[in-house]
Amino acid sequence: MKNDSAKSVELDRNDSVTRRDFLKKSLVGAGLLTLPGLLPGCTWEEFSQKHFSELAPAELEQVLRRLKDQYRRCYGREFQLSATGPLPETAFAYALDLSKCIGCRRCVYACAEENNLSRSDPQIHWIKVLRFPNGSMNPEDAERYYAPDKVPEEGYYYMPVQCQQCANPPCVKACPVQATWKEPDGMVVVDYNWCIGCRYCMAACPYDARHFNWAAPTLPINEINTHTHYLGNRPQEKNVVGKCTFCIQRVREGRYPACVEACPVGARKFGNLLDQDSEIRYILEHKRVFRFKEELNTQPNFYYYFS
Amino acid sequence: MTEQSTIKGLLLLLVKGNRWYYLWLASLVLLILTGACAYRVQFDRGLIVTNMRDQVSWGLYIANFTYLVGVAAAAVLLVIPAYLYNWKPIKEIVLLGELLAVAAIVMCITFVMIDLGRPDRFWHLLPKIGRLNWPQSMLAWDVVVLNLYLLLNLLISWYVLSNLYRGTAPNKTLFWLLICLSIPGAVAIHAVTSYLYGGLPARPFWNASIMAPRFLASAFCSGPSLIILIFQVIRKFSPLKVADEALFKLAEMVGWSMFVNLFLLGAEVFKEFYSNTWHVSHIQYLFFGLHGKTQLVPFTWTAIAFNVTSLCILIYPRTRKNLFTLNGACVMMLIGVWIEKGLGLVNPGFTPTPLGEIYEYLPNLREITISIGVLAFGLLVYTVLLAIAIPIQTGDFRARTDPP
Repeated sequence: MKNDSAKSVELDRNDSVTRRDFLKKSLVGAGLLTLPGLLPGCTWEEFSQKHFSELAPAELEQVLRRLKDQYRRCYGREFQLSATGPLPETAFAYALDLSKCIGCRRCVYACAEENNLSRSDPQIHWIKVLRFPNGSMNPEDAERYYAPDKVPEEGYYYMPVQCQQCANPPCVKACPVQATWKEPDGMVVVDYNWCIGCRYCMAACPYDARHFNWAAPTLPINEINTHTHYLGNRPQEKNVVGKCTFCIQRVREGRYPACVEACPVGARKFGNLLDQDSEIRYILEHKRVFRFKEELNTQPNFYYYFS
Repeated sequence: MTEQSTIKGLLLLLVKGNRWYYLWLASLVLLILTGACAYRVQFDRGLIVTNMRDQVSWGLYIANFTYLVGVAAAAVLLVIPAYLYNWKPIKEIVLLGELLAVAAIVMCITFVMIDLGRPDRFWHLLPKIGRLNWPQSMLAWDVVVLNLYLLLNLLISWYVLSNLYRGTAPNKTLFWLLICLSIPGAVAIHAVTSYLYGGLPARPFWNASIMAPRFLASAFCSGPSLIILIFQVIRKFSPLKVADEALFKLAEMVGWSMFVNLFLLGAEVFKEFYSNTWHVSHIQYLFFGLHGKTQLVPFTWTAIAFNVTSLCILIYPRTRKNLFTLNGACVMMLIGVWIEKGLGLVNPGFTPTPLGEIYEYLPNLREITISIGVLAFGLLVYTVLLAIAIPIQTGDFRARTDPP
């Protein structure tokens, strides 16, 4: 640990030392004296890590290396951990065909696997499928824990809900430390290493789309997805908030989100709004789309439609 | 007297006391240690050891925080008659009220800290050093105003005490400036804490403009009732005199505050039930239960019964001026407002969730143990402050002026 801190000081020396840096260093230094006893396993590097947006390339490199080491120690697996930035000329959007969705919840489980979500105690799902009785759209009439022998059921329709990647996100406004923000390509992301775990964003979200990691995730070693992104599906940290990012680790490489791939009936559509020829543009132009809880002016980048 | 002997004198004040004083301190320390042990488990294993979950992501800790903000603001009900109207019976005790505000804010901050998933990252909240999301986030505002109010009350108490100690007259301009800041300060911690809830359109139960006035009204109930009770204990165990007159005047103000509080509640109940939109479900859950889930209902009605009864007692002069009924009313009010501003505010805001789920939250034993530890910590802080302040105020602890 001594070596590590020496290294980080050396790296920083290349940058000009600002007052802020100085204050930060002194504070962090003071914290360091009291911390090791308090926080088993917490290192100086982890404690003093800057906000994601303030990391210089070399520092980011170091952070990614540290996390990969941590995952190797923890899970015995070699992780790929990228921090690919937003693609140029891209604004991601999602569309979901409610007349096709059969409520099978394969998307829910594909999401949990892709995103390394805690399997039990607590079981965390970033997608929830609501079962509505025909004729109602009041969430209070909806059931999340339905368990029929066969889906779809007569008299019901299904509405999967996940993060709506709002253009006017209440969670971003609420966060007291800017640990969550909107990326230029439309994704609302969380810096898990900056979140203080106050859960105010959860109170602010009208879609129940933000999830707290009440404990360290339980992940079967053989089911771990080692293809990860810093802002996306790396194994979640205890006591911080996580959420759907439209599978940032996939879509920034030109792939579809896991839920789109998993849907057996093709109810889920995903694409780039700025691409004239994309499927998502076709849907927005030709279908009758709506946005969930439109009256709240959150302006989701997630559209529902009936085909 | 030299600086060194002052410090020695202060330390002596802290250890001076009878058997009861030591017993009191010992039991507080014991409760704090028990709470700390329970917290250690929460820290190691995560907030999973509480009863909070995604559906109800704030619980007892934030409920206590919300309640204690009210207690902290109560000092202002003493400050106004004491300084603005120069009313002597209260002027003699206003300092104790300000110290209570200090202790209450310390508890508020501790409650927020233990509620944080990652308290080790608290420095992210510090302006300039971290990234305080100000002025966007209402939580950031709350951090700012709470700390300023704490600082202000510490400054005022320290300034008054050091002048009393040296036998000097305080600088009038400076003193008035501090007092004039502390009055809007008390209103601000309330308004901002209510905006914390009221600013969330995702939670219709909270998203109401009536929140800020209701917070103020209930704060002026719970804080001063606590003061009325504590001051009787103080005058029993210390040489400090607290006039009955001061207590009765406070009680009168508390009574009227409760009247306003209940009126505002009525306004809210009318709006929700008469318009009868989807949003009615939260208040329905609070008062009558929803889809057979009725956990909060007994609490709610207890609070209503207590608040109405104490209102009757405090409005009627004869029962207000009888210490027995007065104390009964104060206890009822403390409990009533705690339910109203605690579980009765936090829980129904989350229930049902925006996606219609009902998760019935009640704190578990660990949360209660930790909370009691925090309350004990606050009482310890208050005791220490009183142990210093009372001898200075009664004149038993003064700077010795050397003969010329």
